[in-house]
Order: sequence, then C-alpha cells, then structure tokens
Amino acid sequence: MSDSETAVQNLKHHFADLEQQKATSTFGMWLFLVTEIMFFGGMFASYLIYRLSYYNAWVAGSQTMEIQYGAINTAVLICSSLTMVLSVHSAKLGKRKMTAICLILTLVLGFAFLGIKGVEYYGHWVHHEVPGLNFHFEHTGNYDPRHVEIFFSLYFAMTGMHAVHMIIGAGLLTWLLIANARGRFSSEYNSPVEMVGLYWHFVDLIWIYLFPLLYLISHHHNG
Amino acid sequence: MSEHAHPTVKTFVAVWAALLVLTALTVFVATLELGPFNAIVALTIATVKALLVLLFFMELRYSTALTKVAVVAAVFFLFLLAGLTLSDYLTRGWSSYINPFH
Amino acid sequence: METASHSTEAKTNYLNADYGIKSWLLTTDHKRIALLYLGSITVFFFLGGFFAMLIRLELLTPAGDLVLSDTYNKLFTMHGVVMIFLFLIPSIPAVFGNFLVPMMIGAKDLAFPKLNLASWYIFIIGAGFILYAILTGGLDTGWTFYTPYSTTYSNSNVVAAALGVFITGFSSIFTGLNIIVTVHRMRAPGLTWRRLPLFIWAHYATSVIMVLGTPVLAITIVLVALERLFHFGIFDPRLGGDPLLFQHLFWFYSHPAVYIMILPSMGVMSEVIACFSRKRIFGYDFVAMSSVAIAVLGFLVWAHHMFVAGISTYAAMIFSLLTFFVAIPSAVKVFNWTATLYKGSITFETPMLYAFAFIGLFTMGGLTGVFLGAVAIDLHVTDTYFVVAHFHYVMVGGGVTGFLCALHFWWPKMTGKMYPEAFAKLSAVLVFVGFNLTFFPQFVLGYMGMPRRYHAYPPEFQVLNVMSTAGASILAVGFLMPMIYLAWSLQYGKEAGPNPYRAAGLEWMTASPPPEFNFDETPVVTWEAYNYDEIDGTKKGVEVVG
Repeated sequence: MSDSETAVQNLKHHFADLEQQKATSTFGMWLFLVTEIMFFGGMFASYLIYRLSYYNAWVAGSQTMEIQYGAINTAVLICSSLTMVLSVHSAKLGKRKMTAICLILTLVLGFAFLGIKGVEYYGHWVHHEVPGLNFHFEHTGNYDPRHVEIFFSLYFAMTGMHAVHMIIGAGLLTWLLIANARGRFSSEYNSPVEMVGLYWHFVDLIWIYLFPLLYLISHHHNG
Repeated sequence: MSEHAHPTVKTFVAVWAALLVLTALTVFVATLELGPFNAIVALTIATVKALLVLLFFMELRYSTALTKVAVVAAVFFLFLLAGLTLSDYLTRGWSSYINPFH
Repeated sequence: METASHSTEAKTNYLNADYGIKSWLLTTDHKRIALLYLGSITVFFFLGGFFAMLIRLELLTPAGDLVLSDTYNKLFTMHGVVMIFLFLIPSIPAVFGNFLVPMMIGAKDLAFPKLNLASWYIFIIGAGFILYAILTGGLDTGWTFYTPYSTTYSNSNVVAAALGVFITGFSSIFTGLNIIVTVHRMRAPGLTWRRLPLFIWAHYATSVIMVLGTPVLAITIVLVALERLFHFGIFDPRLGGDPLLFQHLFWFYSHPAVYIMILPSMGVMSEVIACFSRKRIFGYDFVAMSSVAIAVLGFLVWAHHMFVAGISTYAAMIFSLLTFFVAIPSAVKVFNWTATLYKGSITFETPMLYAFAFIGLFTMGGLTGVFLGAVAIDLHVTDTYFVVAHFHYVMVGGGVTGFLCALHFWWPKMTGKMYPEAFAKLSAVLVFVGFNLTFFPQFVLGYMGMPRRYHAYPPEFQVLNVMSTAGASILAVGFLMPMIYLAWSLQYGKEAGPNPYRAAGLEWMTASPPPEFNFDETPVVTWEAYNYDEIDGTKKGVEVVG
C-alpha cells in the first residue's frame, strides 16, 4: 500500500487534515501521561511521607532488595527504550521490517524485565517479606518492624502497578506488530507507533525513579 | 507541518549510553556514605536520566509549548500534593500535644 | 426569513440518521453519546433520590425506628456515592459538555470520538460494580471511605464499591482529556479564545481538574482495596500507618471534585443569563479567568475537610487562609452575572428562573463554605447538619439547578421540541421552594448541634427535621415533573426551530435537532461572543441554517 493511500485511509472524518489529527493525538497522549504522573504520584507522595517519618525502617527494607536485579532491570528498560525509539524512527522512514524487528526487541526486553521482577517477587515471598500474606521481619536495628511492612506494602504497590503498566505496554506493542504486519503504517501515517512509544518511555521514566527510591536508600549496613 | 529537526540514530544511541552510564553511577554512589546527600545525588541523577528520556526519546524538545506546559503542570501539582501534605506532617510536632511519630 | 422546518424534503438529523440499538450502542457521535449519558445519569439520580427519601423518612422521628443504625449508615453512604460519582460528577460535562462543546466551537465531533464512547461504557461498568455493591449488602463507610474503618473493620462491600468508583473515575478522566484536546485543537477558523462562550471556558477548567485530580483518587482507592484485600498496611495504625494520609490523598481529589460539580453549572449560567438579559456577559475576561482560578486554587485547600481530624494547627491555618482565597473567583462570577442583569432586557423563561435560583442558592452555599473555612467556626459545626446544608446548597442549589437549567435551555436544540412552559415554570418554583424548605432548617439544626450521619437525634430537633422532610417531598415532585412533561414534549411538543430563544452561539446556528455532523459547512467566526446587540439590533448576526 502506498504512503498516500495509508494516509487517506487513516484520516478521520472530523479532522481537516492528517497534520491536525497527528497534533491532536500527540497532545492527547501527553495529557494521558499527565494523568499517569498524578496516578503514580499519589504513591510517591505516600512513600515520601513515610520515608521521612520512618527512615530507619525504610533503610532496613531497602537493604533486603537485591541491587543487581534492580540495576539489570533498569538497564533492560533503558535498552527497551532505545529499541522503542528506533522502531518509531523506522516507522517514520517507512521501513516496515526494521520497525517490526525493533518492536519485537522491545517486547522481548519488556518480558525480560517482567521475568526478573517475577524472580524478585518470588525471592520476597521466600523471605517472608510479603505484607499481609506471610510477612515476618527479623529486625535488628533502631526501628519498628511494623514500619518495614509499610515499606513493603508500598514496594509491592508501586512496582506492582508499574508491572501492570508494562503488561499493558506489551499488549500495545503486540497490537502494533500486528498492524505493522498488515501494512497499516507508512512514512505518512505512523502516529500509533509514536504514541505507544511515548507510553513506553513513560513507563521507563517511572522505573527510573523507583529504582533509587526503593533499592538504593542506604547500601551500607549500619545495624 | 514541516518536519522538525529529527534526532538521528546516533543521538539515540548516545542518550542510551549516557543513561546506562548514569545508572552505573547511581549504583556506585549509593555504596558511598554521604549522609543526606545520598538521597539528593540519587534523585538528581534520576532527574537527569528522566530529562534525557523526556527531551530526546520522547522528543519533548520538539513538542508544542502547550505540551511542555502540561508536563510542567503535572509535576507542579504533584509537588503541591506532596508539599502541602508535608506541611501537616512536618509541623505536627510543633504543637506539644500532637506527635504521632513519637 | 426562517425556512419552514416542515419542508417537503425531510432533513436527516443525528437522531434519525441511523436506526436500531446497535446504532446507539456503537455510536461515536458525541450528541448520541450525550443522550446515552443523559438516560443513565437520570436513572442514577432517582436511585440516589430513593436513598434520600429513606433517610428523610427515618429522620421524621427522633428515635431510630425505621431502619437499624447499620442500615442507616448504608443509606447515607449509598446516597452520597450514587449522587456524587454516578450523577453529579458526570452530569453537565458528560451530557451538555459532550453535546455542546464541539458545536459551540464549530467542530464536527470531539477530538477522540471512540474514546468518548469508551468513556460511557467505562462509566456503565463502574456503575455496575457500585450497583453490585448496593445489591449485595451495601456500603456503610460513608462516601468518604475513611480508613481504618473501610480497610479493616467494615463488614460491607468496600472492595466492589471502591472498584466501581475507580472505574468511573476513568470515565471522568477520559471525558476531561477529550474536552481539553478538542478546545485546543478543533476550534473553527476565527474562533479565538476570547471569542469562546464562557460555557467552554468553564468546561475547559473543569476538564483540567478532572485530568489532574481524578488519578489521585484512583490510586488512593486502589490502595484502600489492596489494604482491605491483602492487609497491606499503608493506612493501618496497627502497623504505624496514618489514617490521615488516606484523608490527605482522598481530599486532594475530592475537594477539587466539588469544583468539577459546580464549574459547568457556572458555565451554563453565563449562557442563560446573557440570553435572557439580551446582553453580553459583563466582565467576560474576569469570568473566563475566574474559571481557571477556581480550577487552580481548588487544589490548594483540601485539608479544610480535616481541621478536626488531627492535622497540625499550623497546617490548618494555612489551609484556612487558602480556603478564603478560593471563594474570591466564585464571587467574581456572581458579581459579573449581577452586573450583566443590570439594565438588561430581562425575561423569565424557565431557564432564567433556574438561573436566578442558582445565583441565590449558590451564594448562600458558597458563603457558608467560607464560614466553614474559618477554623474557629468549623470546630463547632463540623460533622453537623450545618455542613450537610452547606454542601446541598452548593451541590443541589448550584449543581442540580444548573443541570435543570441546561436541560431546559438546550432541550429544544437536542430534541427539536419545546417543553410546556407553564409546567416547566411550576416545577422550577416547586424545586426552589422544596429545596429551601428541605435544607434551610438544616443550617439551624447544625448550628444547634445536631450531628450528621446519625439516625436518631434528641427530640428538640424534631420540628426542623419534619420541615426538612416535608420540603424533600415537595422537592421530589419538582424533580419528577420534568420527567413527565419532557417525555411528553418529545411526542406532542411544539416544533422548536433552530433558535427559539434567539440566543447567541454557534450551536443555535444549525438545525434543531442538529445534523449528524453538526454543520453543513464549517463556520468561520468573525464576531465576539454574546453578540446580542447584533442579534437584536440589526438582526443581521444570525444566519439560520436548516
């Protein structure tokens, strides 16, 4: 299908031209990301309040995290952001095969992230660090172990919500792969790829903050 | 709309490399004992990474002023939520009879 | 000269462009979606009203003799949840915002029509969860879901209701997102921001609140559900958690939410008052800016709901001061509407009756809000009927009045039919009288010390309670009448024509009911908003299409 054919096919009736449609979709996606900032923000605010109040318990909780998993996952997401941005780039150049390859790589990296997260969650389960289910914390310091349970509550809530968003992202990537395979995108019309890209990068952004806040609070044991 | 200057693949790879380096840096700094500066450095590095993703990968540099305003507004209101809530928590101890955190 | 609406060639409009259930349930036409919302929220309004009726019946006598106290807790909770989340929050934006925003800016539809339809389905699914909660035992935490009662101790359907509120929140977010993008990107040529109807400014400001505030409610309610299901301990004092953190997060949305419930009504008032005074709104720029100011300042005052909850006195002082500030833009609007009326050619059609009611009742509600913002007063009247009266004056006297006003003003546009004016005026009067009789005594009751959310009370409060219940009965009649005569008008009402009120605004320059894509040709706007001098003086301003 030629570029102009995909363009005409994809112009919705209530827009004057593709340019208005693209500008509208882009702004709409950014506004959606604004709502996501506020959504995660509630949890970040809760985290902040408790960290200031129960710092030692926060340190104790953070020290149970396995930094290597968190660091590798951060790297995995950063790589997936690169492959995502390359798939958008390829789509804008009309390179269907390259777009597909980059999308698949992004998807694979996303699953890698989720897999590592699953390993971590299992580890927490084994160590009795899951609030409400089997929480039991050996406390050896100047803090209340009940507060460590709050830390873990927020840990699971924040990383869990992040993981849910990644799963949704994986679904969106799959949809893009199918649409791309059907030749729906071209150098004239490729905004869905770009929009999913924005979403994917945003999910990466959340993790960029989650990693230091949850894993790196204090990496030297002070009792 | 005329195509704005697009970042090249080279730019993307450079940003990617920078992000990885900054990640390694933040892990390294976390092993040092810097007291309250641990948190400040960690959050600063995270913000630099975030800006790299926003400006280059998400192309916020080339977005409309409206989009930029929207993103800034979100961050602003988030600070409002945290800040005004903190105005309660941080001043509770000022009244002698209310102190929930001993 | 206006073309006769019964011309030999029947013109298609959005109502008859397509037939069948699928054409309604799968529509992406913003006008049809508006009607889908109208039908649903009307059902929910009467459901909420049903709970109100049971509450007022119980409160006829001092003893708690009609229902058990646990049941009473469920009644006021469900009344609040249904009225706020299933009626007031969507009300004007989802019905009139959806219908009119594209038309008022000369567009063919909202920016994201499919998202608009999805919004309605999300709303219905969320409502389904809330209804499920009602039918399987109800919710008794109060619409405010305070912890730790909601997370730990309540034996009612918290999770189902919380899930329902969470889901309907997304309906709100997507509607707001749609409106913001539409107003920015799809205005007709020549329609600058300062030529926009103030209805658009009001809906724009409302949408900003929806987009920024609702996600925080969403995450808060998710945390409550998680805490209840998995015994996460974020708000649990047994784990050192702080119930006040829940309240901070909850009210961060729920205070701006009240501005979601009133700003659209204020937008309606600007349209109606201008039309029935035949004058441009006085101080257009101030009214427009005041909508934005309310949206922003509204986010700064939430802890005035927590003055006695245990926050620090210093934070209380800060929030009290900010609360005084947020009243100012609302007052600016009231002053400007009054100035618009001055030396206007005023007529008293039904929408104008509702507008007058709004100005008076909203002012009373708003002022009592300022009283409550003063910590020294709030200490005495918080959690009494004074607060109940205050918020019903703004939400019913303001919000519902605005809804009924809009319903009557744009009914001819949406349906092509006029309602019977005499019945409409009568029901407006009944609503006004019934409302005041219901809620004014509650100010007195609260001041005298009667607590809210109690199903029994000391005998000395009975007379005022009986007055309140009597008022509620009259109010109910006033609300039911439009159901009857509006339905009647669909079949037997007079043909309305494109512009029965000779009102200004692009929506009046197309047929009633409008064609499927709103305008035969995209209008090019070269005139200022509220150009009543042109419309009335030279009669050249209005081109009748249709």
